[in-house]
Amino acid sequence: MEQVTTPSPAQKHSFVRKTNNIGERIIERCVKIIGGVAVVLIFLILLFVLREALPLLMGAFSQPRTAQSSVESSLSDTLNLKPEVYNPDVILSEHQAPEEFAPEVYNPDVSVPATILAEKVNTRNEADGDHITLANILGTIWQPVSTMPKFGIMPLVIGTAKTTFVAIFIGAPLGILAALYAAFFAPRRLREVIKPMVEILAGFPSVVIGFFCLLYVGSALQNLFGFDFRLNAFVGGIGLAIAVIPIVFTITEDTLSAVPKSLLEASLAMGATQWESAYKVMLPAAFPGVFAAVLLGIGRAFGETMIALMATGNAAMVSTSIGDPVRTFSATIGAEMGEVIWGSAHYSILFFLGVLLFIVSFTLNAVTELFVKERLAKKLQGG
Amino acid sequence: MSTKRLIGIFAIGAATVAVIAIAGLVFSTMGTFLVKGLPNITWQLLSEAPRNNNTEGGIFPAIYGTTLLVLVMSILGVPIGTITAIYLNEYTRAGAVMPRVIRFAVNTLAGVPSIVFGLFGLGFFVQFLGVGLDKTFGNTEAIWAKPALLWASATLAALTLPVVIVSVEEALKNVPQEMREGSLALGATRWQTIWKIVLPNSTTGILTGSILAIGRSAGEVAPILFTGVVYSLPQLPDGISSQFMHLGYHLFVLSTQSPDVDKTLPLQYATTLVLLMLTFTLNFAATFIRSRIRSKQFR
Repeated sequence: MEQVTTPSPAQKHSFVRKTNNIGERIIERCVKIIGGVAVVLIFLILLFVLREALPLLMGAFSQPRTAQSSVESSLSDTLNLKPEVYNPDVILSEHQAPEEFAPEVYNPDVSVPATILAEKVNTRNEADGDHITLANILGTIWQPVSTMPKFGIMPLVIGTAKTTFVAIFIGAPLGILAALYAAFFAPRRLREVIKPMVEILAGFPSVVIGFFCLLYVGSALQNLFGFDFRLNAFVGGIGLAIAVIPIVFTITEDTLSAVPKSLLEASLAMGATQWESAYKVMLPAAFPGVFAAVLLGIGRAFGETMIALMATGNAAMVSTSIGDPVRTFSATIGAEMGEVIWGSAHYSILFFLGVLLFIVSFTLNAVTELFVKERLAKKLQGG
Repeated sequence: MSTKRLIGIFAIGAATVAVIAIAGLVFSTMGTFLVKGLPNITWQLLSEAPRNNNTEGGIFPAIYGTTLLVLVMSILGVPIGTITAIYLNEYTRAGAVMPRVIRFAVNTLAGVPSIVFGLFGLGFFVQFLGVGLDKTFGNTEAIWAKPALLWASATLAALTLPVVIVSVEEALKNVPQEMREGSLALGATRWQTIWKIVLPNSTTGILTGSILAIGRSAGEVAPILFTGVVYSLPQLPDGISSQFMHLGYHLFVLSTQSPDVDKTLPLQYATTLVLLMLTFTLNFAATFIRSRIRSKQFR
């Protein structure tokens, strides 16, 4: 018996004439291949950011690399000129004898007998590997450019959390309230103005927002709240809020206007006030969308680089006050990648931060796509 | 007056305040940069190269670099985005697995922080493709394995891919189904229908997508930080393998890294305004074209 062939879902029109032209077939094949480029790109991003971070994760910093050692020797040359050397590690490279610097060094390591020192010279490559243990990464000091680099990401985690929190705390309510206003309370004319206005805000390049915060917001808030530092987590958070507002507004407004009008009319007909209808009927109906808006807003605030780089003060310190300068993940990458030696431990850990950023943004997006949007679709259809 | 009413009035008042706050933000930033920037924009600024360690003179190389960057970016990104949109809209059904996976990827791509794109550009384009190219051609010194205009453009193209895909798809959806069916009924193949009927009717959408992508990418600094931008150049970039200056990066360095920030303030304001004008002109053009398309659809 002949097998019944079901038309593949790719065929929109089952009556389409199949082409015999080879050229057309090649073109169509190409379209289908290029069509998947976004998927490939996601994999490539993960793959190549991970690839550069991998040496760190594998602890593979024991083998010597040419680029690193050449820089170390030049570093040791410059360091030799200065009286204050607080770590022997760099100078223990091939060029110097340990005795030369020993008296000036105030690292306790130096007081170790010379034989052990000599041993350290031999094993210094392994010692270098020690710098990036898990304990080092989870430490509280971020001091990547030093002879004994410390890659503790805790200050960066705290800094990122603080700025993101401030940004969402300010940006999300403003965006949601403005969207409610635009969707329900604004006269038609005004609505036509609000949307393009938010689009203007969305069109601001982040470097311009950063510049604005650097110039005005910092001083204004310092005068207002008496912060010790002009640029701090709060200023950075405000800057990020400016970037977050358009995202929250746009998505919330889109969902609110997708909620069937009959719901609003029914609520009003039952005697609810305008605000009650908006707050108790429309907002819950659109809740998954609002939730998605906030999640994507968090993603934006979390990953934004230029604003964080320019307005947060960029000091990697552990403190709970929002008036202290902070340093975020993305700002760290942006500030330090330019000066780092390709392939060094510092380089790898910056890529590692990139992997973390990618994972967080991917997760936020997956949650909104897979859970929130489907629920919203169901809810709106049911409504 | 009942408390219900009061709460309502209070809440609507809060919403109004939110809108006013946003409006204030937009107008104060725009106003500040217009007022402070406009007097500093001179022909000299727009046409000359920087002098004296970028503290005097013009910003022409930065304008030139930015323009070149977004042009190469659109040449690289727009065709790929358009083809993806064609695939999604013309070759797949909405419920199928492949388009859902692709759409998920596109949305994810839109949410990836721009600095991660910068890392990707460095890791993939510069370190992998660049090194590979140099090895293939047997170059003794690094020609491709270093940050360059081409790699920065490619990174930005990846970043703006979702923007292009979404806009082109919208345009493709606006082409009435009857036109496709008519074409197919006359015996045209699927590709002939796309090439002769669908695409010519959605050129404005493709244009909008490209303009939006350019507008978005013109102000992006993070992705190009390690893939090709430099603060100062002895001469204009002479090819896609050279480095370039950029308005956004210029502003960033002038306002944060230069020894005497106050001295270059006029230059910073002017650079900001030029950058803003560039992005807004592009955004307005895109919005205008898009609204034209939408109104056409209802006619």
